Amino acid sequence: MKATINSDFSAGSEVQRRILDAAARHGFKAQCLFALKIAVEEALVNAIKHGNKFDPAKHITVVASISPRQADIYIEDEGSGFDRSQVPDPLAKENLEKSTGRGILLIESYMSQVSWDHGGRRVHLVKKCE
Amino acid sequence: MPDPQPLPPHQALHRLHITDHKDVKIVSFIENKILDEGNIKEIGDALASLVEAKHQPKLLLDFQNVDHLSSAALGMLINVNQKIKLLSGELRLVNIKSQIMEVFVITRLDKLFRILPDREKALETFSPA
Repeated sequence: MKATINSDFSAGSEVQRRILDAAARHGFKAQCLFALKIAVEEALVNAIKHGNKFDPAKHITVVASISPRQADIYIEDEGSGFDRSQVPDPLAKENLEKSTGRGILLIESYMSQVSWDHGGRRVHLVKKCE
Repeated sequence: MPDPQPLPPHQALHRLHITDHKDVKIVSFIENKILDEGNIKEIGDALASLVEAKHQPKLLLDFQNVDHLSSAALGMLINVNQKIKLLSGELRLVNIKSQIMEVFVITRLDKLFRILPDREKALETFSPA
């Protein structure tokens, strides 16, 4: 599936639902669906909030390929990008009580592979589910 | 996923079930997706309004109905925890399902929050009234 959505959360919610429905149809078990839901939501929120900064003139492109054992999802925003290596570690002692900065940690924890390209504007999520 | 239209705290309170046990406020989330981003700010404001009016507030949050938790929801819980600490109060989290508990463990917030298996055990840990 491919979708281009506005930079708002209701559109993100709808595309997230479509991805999860497709994964459920392909037999993803509850644990995999939970992981996918967390990672896709965090990635979409990052794209809408931090990437496009809710700019109505900017869009998010989502490309998802779901098979019975794997989900491949690309989420790309039209923002200025970011450098993954410069993101503070939310597990560092000085950051543990900060109220933000855990989205990427959750994405990387729940996905089998995660990579950023296009200057950080596009994230590729891979979830392998046996 | 977030909802761009914020609700006033009194409306968000309708999404919470609130009871009192002695001087402890017990709050449970009515909807299983109450901690989706859409309601997070409103829920956070509602919880803040419950504790800010009190000296040494005692709050027990029951996660029995919660099936999903985002990083923004964790942030809201951290903010509530900090407000309570500033007021020399106490916060306990209970009935967290295993999948949700995993989120706390991954983020190491299981070390920050006081998490108990159920209400009964949590109520025993609050300071006496």
